[in-house]
Amino acid sequence: MSKAILQLDGLSCPSCMTKIENAVSQQAGVEQVKVLFNAAKVKADFDAEQTTAADLANVVTNLGYEVKAVKVKEN
Amino acid sequence: MKFERWIRQHTNQITVLVGSLIVAGFVAKWTNNFAISQGLLAGASVLAAVPVIINAVEALRYKTISIELLVSIAVIGAFIIQEYAESAVVTFLFLFGSYLENKTLAKTRQSIKKLTEMAPTTANVLQADGTVVATDVDLLDEGDVVLVKTGGQIPVDGKIVAGSGYVNEASITGESRPVAKQTAESVFSGSLLTNGTLQIEATKVGDETTFAKIIELVEEAQDAKSPAEKFIDRFATYYTPAVLVLALIVWLFSQDFKLAITVLVLGCPGALVIGAPVSNVAGIGNGANHGVLIKGGDVMATLAKVDTFVFDKTGTLTRGETTVSAYHQFGNTNETILPLVAQIEQQSDHPLGQAIINYAKQQAPIAHMPAVAQVDTVKGQGLLAQLSDGQKMLVGNWRLLADHQVTINSEQQQVINDLQQQGSSTVLVAAKQQLVAVIGVADQIRPEVPAKLQALRDLGAKQLIMLTGDNQSTAQVVGEQLGLDQVRAELLPEDKLAIVKQLQANGHRVAFVGDGINDSPSIATADIGIAMGGGTDVAVETSDVVLMRSNFGELVHGYGLAQKTMANLRENITIAILTVVFLLVGLVLGYIYMASGMLVHEGSILVVIFNAMRLLKYQNKKDPKLDVNQVNEMKSPVQSK
Repeated sequence: MSKAILQLDGLSCPSCMTKIENAVSQQAGVEQVKVLFNAAKVKADFDAEQTTAADLANVVTNLGYEVKAVKVKEN
Repeated sequence: MKFERWIRQHTNQITVLVGSLIVAGFVAKWTNNFAISQGLLAGASVLAAVPVIINAVEALRYKTISIELLVSIAVIGAFIIQEYAESAVVTFLFLFGSYLENKTLAKTRQSIKKLTEMAPTTANVLQADGTVVATDVDLLDEGDVVLVKTGGQIPVDGKIVAGSGYVNEASITGESRPVAKQTAESVFSGSLLTNGTLQIEATKVGDETTFAKIIELVEEAQDAKSPAEKFIDRFATYYTPAVLVLALIVWLFSQDFKLAITVLVLGCPGALVIGAPVSNVAGIGNGANHGVLIKGGDVMATLAKVDTFVFDKTGTLTRGETTVSAYHQFGNTNETILPLVAQIEQQSDHPLGQAIINYAKQQAPIAHMPAVAQVDTVKGQGLLAQLSDGQKMLVGNWRLLADHQVTINSEQQQVINDLQQQGSSTVLVAAKQQLVAVIGVADQIRPEVPAKLQALRDLGAKQLIMLTGDNQSTAQVVGEQLGLDQVRAELLPEDKLAIVKQLQANGHRVAFVGDGINDSPSIATADIGIAMGGGTDVAVETSDVVLMRSNFGELVHGYGLAQKTMANLRENITIAILTVVFLLVGLVLGYIYMASGMLVHEGSILVVIFNAMRLLKYQNKKDPKLDVNQVNEMKSPVQSK
């Protein structure tokens, strides 16, 4: 299980948070998603064989939020 | 998708454009150019509706009924019945309101942002061939040696392998005075090298460093929700769809389309949703700026309600900088065993031991002492040493001696009692089943403590209790000097834990303030565990509140801040509910329509954010500065003798 940490540009509405959380968690291989509203970070545990951090970043970008940095931690 | 992003990035420009169109539209109306006015306002409506509708549709795609959906339906409805002025103003206010929300929210998050901006980004890694390569901190490995020069930021947690210098560790300890560091000493990521050149071998890198953990802690804390927030969150998930249903019902029964879409606008749960979190974010931000890390809204809520503070004595109420006040050796030998005791104490990090080592250093060292072969720590009792000549030596409290059948005669007991009544702790030394020496060690009360304890009482603390492993008489002296409600002495860590549990069973909300690793069970069990002393992982992880500077003022600040934050949160919820009531009454009486409703609505959101921003400036008034006389009075009696 790997962990992706996406740094976004800044979240302003609580509903953006739900949106991102739902969208990312619906991706194949994604286990747990946590969106830090105030820090504008998305933390997701995912299976590296089914998806990649870059794919997850794409999902968020496609929702219309700028992803400033992507970090991956292997476990 | 590209279109959506473009819209999102240019929402501000769109808002300005819509605002201008609306002004032009009203000017046209007042100059009796109705057709032009309608055209301008319709254009403004369409333009303003685009970002709102995009957001609504996206949220819907992920099965979320958002506030934007309510506004979108209302605007489309108003557009259909050709109320262009209403639809334009409503969407404009919604966009402009979001813009202001963003700006003000950013203010409340400022302190965290400042903290993250202090995080190091690159490191100069020393290569095998002696060259230096600038590397991203995320790509560093443990064991890498990094080079830091004057003015540079230390990018890793590690040990100095070469060089020396002065380091400012304000980002970790809050203490901004530079600390001298030399080879073999530890340094922390995020601190600044004010002078010197260091080569540091990394022991922790990237997210594992203490600084990164502190940042992560504060980030998570701002999103850890209080019970009130959780309730509102749950409420909001049902509330928004409920408003949609309500509007539909209103339409079906009254056949009044305009009334129905007005209900949609008025029903937006804005201030209610933002009110509680924004108070917590501002409160936690204020704390972080004052060296008080509060781990989330739930901690904030509990801390505000604490009525019993339990303190661990050593290093919490007292300085933890103990000094030897008396040294008595029994028997008729001229040779002092002090250096030997000091040697044994080298193996312990107990503050009493440190005092003895320092005291021994001041006395002339005496040669020909048997070497210390092995030292075992007996938890809560002291040290058991094996000397190289086969002899055993005990250094500790009466419990240790009693367990090893050492008897104490009445003359010796008198010496011990006298020392204890003066407020000294006693360290007993025994060899061959005999007590050979008594060392009196006194600990100074932290000068600021009495005033701060009073401040805690003024803020509503009902019971102040001290628990200590020290002997009863020493504890009593400290307790009397500080005016504590209860003093319990000669306790082992598990006794402290039992007392905390008992207090909780009696219905008290207990905060345990401690500093050592041995207190972690109590810290974890208490309703609120408060760790004094930042920089250690254990303290940061097991506690609910961390006082970064080990400063008692921070405790008062944190307690007061938690109460202020909860009061602020209640104010915000009240404002939000009153707004809804006001809007509903206004609607029933016929004074409120869509545009005015949205105005009140956005206004209430800004009011709660501004209200929360007051927390950023919170400073405890009952936090008097000490004067010199007070400090002198509070010195322990032994010290002034």
